[in-house]
Amino acid sequence: MSERRLADLLTMWRIRAFEEKVRDLRAEGPIVGSVHLCVGQEAIPAGACDVLEPQDALFATYRGHGWALARGVPAEPLFAELMGRATGVNGGRGGSAYFTAAEYGFHGENSIVGAGAPIACGAALAGRFDGSNRAAVTVFGDGAMNQGAVHEAMNFAAAFALPVLFICENNRYSELTPIRDMVRAPRLADRAAAYGMPGHRIDGNDAEAVRFHVRDALEVAREGGGPTLLECMTERLVGHYIGDAETYRQPGELDRIGRREPIVRLREGLLADGVPASAVDAVEGAARAEMERAATSALAAPPADPATAREHLYA
Amino acid sequence: MPDLVEARELSYGEAVNAALHRLMAELPETLVYGEDVGVPGGVFGVTRGLRKRHGDRVFDTPISESAILGSAVGAAMMGRRPIVEIMWADFSLVALDQIVNQAANVRYVSGGRLSAPMTIRTQQGNAPGACAQHSQCLEALFLHVPGLRVVMPSTPQDAYDLLVTAVHCDDPVLVVENRTLYSGPKERVRVGGPVLPLGGARIRRAGWDVTIVTWGAITQRVLEAAEALAREGIEAEVLETPWLNPFDTEAVVESARRTRRLVVVHEANVTGGFGAEVVARVAGAGVPLLAPPVRIGTPDVRMPAAQVLARALVPDSARITAEVRALVRH
Repeated sequence: MSERRLADLLTMWRIRAFEEKVRDLRAEGPIVGSVHLCVGQEAIPAGACDVLEPQDALFATYRGHGWALARGVPAEPLFAELMGRATGVNGGRGGSAYFTAAEYGFHGENSIVGAGAPIACGAALAGRFDGSNRAAVTVFGDGAMNQGAVHEAMNFAAAFALPVLFICENNRYSELTPIRDMVRAPRLADRAAAYGMPGHRIDGNDAEAVRFHVRDALEVAREGGGPTLLECMTERLVGHYIGDAETYRQPGELDRIGRREPIVRLREGLLADGVPASAVDAVEGAARAEMERAATSALAAPPADPATAREHLYA
Repeated sequence: MPDLVEARELSYGEAVNAALHRLMAELPETLVYGEDVGVPGGVFGVTRGLRKRHGDRVFDTPISESAILGSAVGAAMMGRRPIVEIMWADFSLVALDQIVNQAANVRYVSGGRLSAPMTIRTQQGNAPGACAQHSQCLEALFLHVPGLRVVMPSTPQDAYDLLVTAVHCDDPVLVVENRTLYSGPKERVRVGGPVLPLGGARIRRAGWDVTIVTWGAITQRVLEAAEALAREGIEAEVLETPWLNPFDTEAVVESARRTRRLVVVHEANVTGGFGAEVVARVAGAGVPLLAPPVRIGTPDVRMPAAQVLARALVPDSARITAEVRALVRH
């Protein structure tokens, strides 16, 4: 049991260390432009990706670095992508908000809020004809719950009983605006009933809880039971984007949410269960060392070749 | 397997239907879906019989253009070859994200490791009694988007051939049909032939006094105008360019070099229309024209429902004849 939790901790620390390294590289210069970190939300990809099958399709958002890592995409080509290198996972064409690595079952981030939901329906639909028993997972934030495309996708998936899992990472802010001010009914999972599918609000800062619910929903989906909506309650410990002044935070908010963030919680749980502190802390060290190495290698890679900028527009 | 090559008497709509039947038979990865296309067979009857023959690969969807187009992107990424219908081109506007931000980006942003081989069939244009939201000609919007292919067949043979080409293409292709053509006269259509490559123009009428470039349903009105002009001694070359992306610039430039006069006719309104691009390409090629080029299109207004009002706006053969005559007599 503690082995699986240590594995969760490693996944979460790899994501955390990656994101913190990205933050540093963004400050130092090698990474430019808009970057959205998922610090604080690591338990959701850690728990969910653990129970995805290779044939499953995963569609994340621009806050999707953690999903790419948890799905198995190596860190080095992700760093390289952020730095516009030829060795980037998209060869420098995607950037922070559009990581795509289909060979790892990661069908891409997306920088349009909610746009991945209809696309995931199509990936699930394809599975109905190709014998793959594929399920599709689409991840989005609480803000996307107010996008028309997400409503259309939920109804489409439910009407056709498509094997789609809708994962809403509710970090309580739609970009810079509290979600509670943008809806009348704040339990977003309740909306699932309107589409005729199950909806659960769960603890998104607990990888084990996420794993349990994702496994359950995928099992139902693969058996023809249709889609599920999981509202995973979480909090991001950083701004919406790097540079966000976070003026919307309440006094003391970051301290409060820092006490219940997933890594702190899991570490305390492991220690309470008698796992030696050295073993727990070695996980962080290993993750940070991996990310240092990956970032260093990515930095040394050649930039994308401008002569290729027009390639791959058409077949 | 494709039908054997044979000639059949088909209307434009029947030719689209024949192409869909062929494609579903020869490409098992195709899916056909959209609003009312399955059991009802389409509001224009174009998808009739497909569900009966091909079963679950043909289905009706909710009235959800984002879900239709987005799911087509996802299914195409995973190896299917969806052929989805957007009942009216005007309706694509509620789901442009999935066409412009999503479908058109898949291949480029993934460096060619993913693709979105999907075909969007739609139809557009004014017809008697159509309202402002069921009349627009929107091809220029999509021609501004790198990564999309756009084709506008106007004859039964092209309706068949170009749809076959579009569906075999490994990129997203927008096929813009026209409902005023669906029930038009039957023509001998060669079905079951080879898949033709993308692109190309058609010289619908040879001439030497002026080159008229056109596409879509208005091609017929241009041909009528050309016949009227011939009776006055003006021989117009009518070059139809059903493929707008890729566009056969060379064919247009070659014709304009011979005739040294250029007119572009489209049903879409003039400002920002693709006619401007055609004129710019001919100018850029350094073709020495005898007179300034002319663009003929609907004026930049909204489209009224009353036929008497719409007729005052959409170019007819009389207006095309008059404008071409004025150019040649310049």
